[in-house]
Amino acid sequence: MGKNDMYTGAQILLKSLVKEGVKEIFGYPGGVIIPLYDAIYLQNDIKHYLVRHEQAAIHAAEGYSRVTGKCGVALVTSGPGACNAITGIANAYYDGYPLVVFTGQVGLDQIGNDAFQEADMIGITRSCCKHNYLVKDVKDLARIIKEAFHIATTGKPGPVVIDLPKNILTSKTTFSYPKQVKLVGYKPNYQGHPLQIIRALELLCEAKKPVIISGGGVLQSDAHKELTELAQLLQIPVCHTLMGTGTYPADGPKYLGMLGMHGNYWANNAVMKADVIFAVGTRFNDRITGCLKTFAKDSRVIHIDIDPCSISKNVKVDIPIVGCAKNVLEAMLKRVKDKNLEETINTEARNKWFAKIDEWKQKRAIPRVEGEKLSAITVLNTIYEYTKNLNPVISTEVGQHQMWTAQIFKFNKPRSFVTSGGLGTMGFGFPAAMGACAGAPHRPVINIAGDGSIQMNIQEMMTCVDYGFKVINCVMNNGYLGMVRQWQEKLCEKHYSETKISSPDFVKLAESYGALGIRVEKEEEIIPALERALASKTPVMIDFIVESFEMVYPWVLAGQPLDNVILSDECEV
Amino acid sequence: MVANHTISILVINEAGVLSRIVDLFSGRGYNIESLTVAPTIDKNYSRVTIVTQGDDRVIEQINKQLNRLIPIIKVMDLPTGDAIETEIVLAKVYVTDETRAEIIKVADLCGARVLDITDKTYTLQLVGDDKQIRALGEMLRPIGVKEFIRSGKVALSRGNQFANINLD
Repeated sequence: MGKNDMYTGAQILLKSLVKEGVKEIFGYPGGVIIPLYDAIYLQNDIKHYLVRHEQAAIHAAEGYSRVTGKCGVALVTSGPGACNAITGIANAYYDGYPLVVFTGQVGLDQIGNDAFQEADMIGITRSCCKHNYLVKDVKDLARIIKEAFHIATTGKPGPVVIDLPKNILTSKTTFSYPKQVKLVGYKPNYQGHPLQIIRALELLCEAKKPVIISGGGVLQSDAHKELTELAQLLQIPVCHTLMGTGTYPADGPKYLGMLGMHGNYWANNAVMKADVIFAVGTRFNDRITGCLKTFAKDSRVIHIDIDPCSISKNVKVDIPIVGCAKNVLEAMLKRVKDKNLEETINTEARNKWFAKIDEWKQKRAIPRVEGEKLSAITVLNTIYEYTKNLNPVISTEVGQHQMWTAQIFKFNKPRSFVTSGGLGTMGFGFPAAMGACAGAPHRPVINIAGDGSIQMNIQEMMTCVDYGFKVINCVMNNGYLGMVRQWQEKLCEKHYSETKISSPDFVKLAESYGALGIRVEKEEEIIPALERALASKTPVMIDFIVESFEMVYPWVLAGQPLDNVILSDECEV
Repeated sequence: MVANHTISILVINEAGVLSRIVDLFSGRGYNIESLTVAPTIDKNYSRVTIVTQGDDRVIEQINKQLNRLIPIIKVMDLPTGDAIETEIVLAKVYVTDETRAEIIKVADLCGARVLDITDKTYTLQLVGDDKQIRALGEMLRPIGVKEFIRSGKVALSRGNQFANINLD
C-alpha cells in the first residue's frame, strides 16, 4: 500500500459524504475544524453554504431535508458553535427529520480538561438526537458516517451527531467506505403485522363513524398516495396534524383539514365523536388530543407508527401496527382490493356520519375585526390565492401567523409546508426556507413570519443575499408576540407582560443587506408587493403592518377537551 | 397498578451506554430503585439490571424507550417473583464484648458470612433476596450498623428462557 492511499480524517469525511450522495452542506468554521475547512477548500464535489449563526445551519439543513426528502448535513465547530446548534438538532429530533450534524471537538488528549471551546457534545445532545458518536480513532470514521446516515434516515428519521476531535481530522488512514452497516441493536420494523392489518380492516369496515388522523409519518414515508386511495375506497374522512399537512389533498373528498388546538371545529368534533380513529404516523401530541382523559373515550383506536414508543404513550391503542406507514397502507390497500372490502361498508351509517360532519362544517371561526390596519388573515388569504398555482414552498416561524397559515393555506401535495411542530422553534422558518431554496431551487419559497420570530434569525438575510436564495419573507408585523399575547388576553386579564415588542425598520434593514424591502399598509398594496417580490432577483422582506389584537380561532385552551372550541370573541369557555 | 419491575438489558459494551440509559430514566421521569452493570461472559457485551417502579403503561414505555437506544440489544422485563433474583449486601457492624456473640448468632441465623474481623468491627456478607437483606438490616440495626452496602439486584429468567440473542 503506497503513501498515496492514505487520507486525513478530513478527506475521509468528505469522501464519505460524496459516497452518501451529499452535494450541499451548511456550516460555520471555527478553530478546531480548520483542517476540515482546508479539505473543503481543496475539493469541488460538495458545495458549502456559510451561514451567519450555527442554529441557522441546522435549521437550513432540516429545511433542505423537508423539501427534498434527503438527509440534511451541517457542520459546526466545537464549544459555542456546537452549543448554538442544539436548538436546531432538538427541532429535527422532535419533528423527525434526518440530519447528520458534524460538530468539532478539541483533540482527544484535551477532552475533559476544560480546554478552550470545549463542550461535552455527546452529553449535551444525548437527549435531543437519535444517536451520537465521538470519533476516537480515524479508522472508525468512515464506518461511523455510514452508520450515522443509516440511523438518521431509517426507522423514525432524526438527527445524528458526530463529534470530531481535532486530531482525528488530521490523522491519516486508508479509505474504504463500508457497503453495509452492522447494528445488532437497531432494526426498525417496516412491515406491519399481517394479523393486525386484517383486524384493523375489519374494524374500519364495520365502523359507523370512522375518521383518519394523518400525521408526519405519512409524509416521511411518502405514503400520501396510499393514504388517499385507502381513505377514498373505504370512505373515511381525513383530518391531519400540523406535521401531516399536505398528506391528503385539500380538494379531496371528505377532507376535514387540520385538527387540534387551532384545528377545524368539524375535524375536532369528528375525532371526538368517532367510533373508530385510524391514526397514521402521529404521536398524539397534546396539541392534537387536548385533555387526554376525554380524548377517544368511546372510540377504538388503530395506530400505525414506525416508532413503537409512539404507540400507547399518550392514547391507549386497541390495534397497534408497528411499521412503515407506506408498507402497512399498501398491504391494507391490497387486501381491500383483493377481497372487495369496500363493498362491506355500512353505507347507511356512513351517510349519516357524513351528514353530521357537514352539519359541523357550518360552524366556522369568526375572526375579530377592529381598527384601521390590515388584518393578517386578509394578508395571508391574499398571499395564498396569489401563489397557490406557483407550487410554492411555504415555511413559517412559530406563533399566530403559523396557525393562520396552517388554517388558510391548502396543500395538495406533501413537502410544501415547512414548519416547526414539536419543539415550536421561533427563528426556524427563515433559515429553513433558506435550506428549502437550496433543495428546491426552482420553486418560490415564502417564509411567513411574525415580527417577533423573524428577529430571532434575521442575520440569515446576508446568507440569502450571498447565495441568491430568494426567500420571500412576509412579516405579519403586529407589534406583539401575538400568540402569547392572545393567551394573556384570555388567561391573564390582559396583562401583556413582556409581549409588546418593537422592531427595526424592516424595509431599511432588508435594503442594508442588499435585499428588497417593501412595506404594505393597505389591502390594495398586497398584490403589487407580491408581484415585485416574485420578480425580485434578491431575497425579499415584506413588512405587513397588521392589527395588533387579532385572535387565532378556532381555539381549544390547553388541557380542555378537544371539542371545547372557541370560535369567536363571543364564545364563553 | 404501580409495581416493582426488574429490567434486564443486554447492551454493547462501549463508552457511554450506561449514561444513555440513566439519562433516559431521568429525562422521562422514571425512577431507578437499583442498578447494576458488568460485562457478560463475552466482554463485547454488558448486562444492566435495573429495578424500577411503574404501572403497566410506564413499564411498557420504559421497555420501548430503552429499545430505541441504538447500543441496546435486548430488553427483558422480568416480573417480580417469576425470575431468579439475588443481591449481595456488605454490613460493617460495631463490636463490643457484649455484642460479639449476638452478631455471630444473627449472622448464622440469616446465613451471612463473616468476611472481616477487627477488634472493633465485623464485616458480614449476605447473598439473598430483598426480604432476607432487609431482615438482616433490621436485626443488626439495634446492635450498631456502621455501613450497610447493597449491590443492587441481579436477575435471570427462570427455566428455558434466554435474554441472549444470536449475535452473529
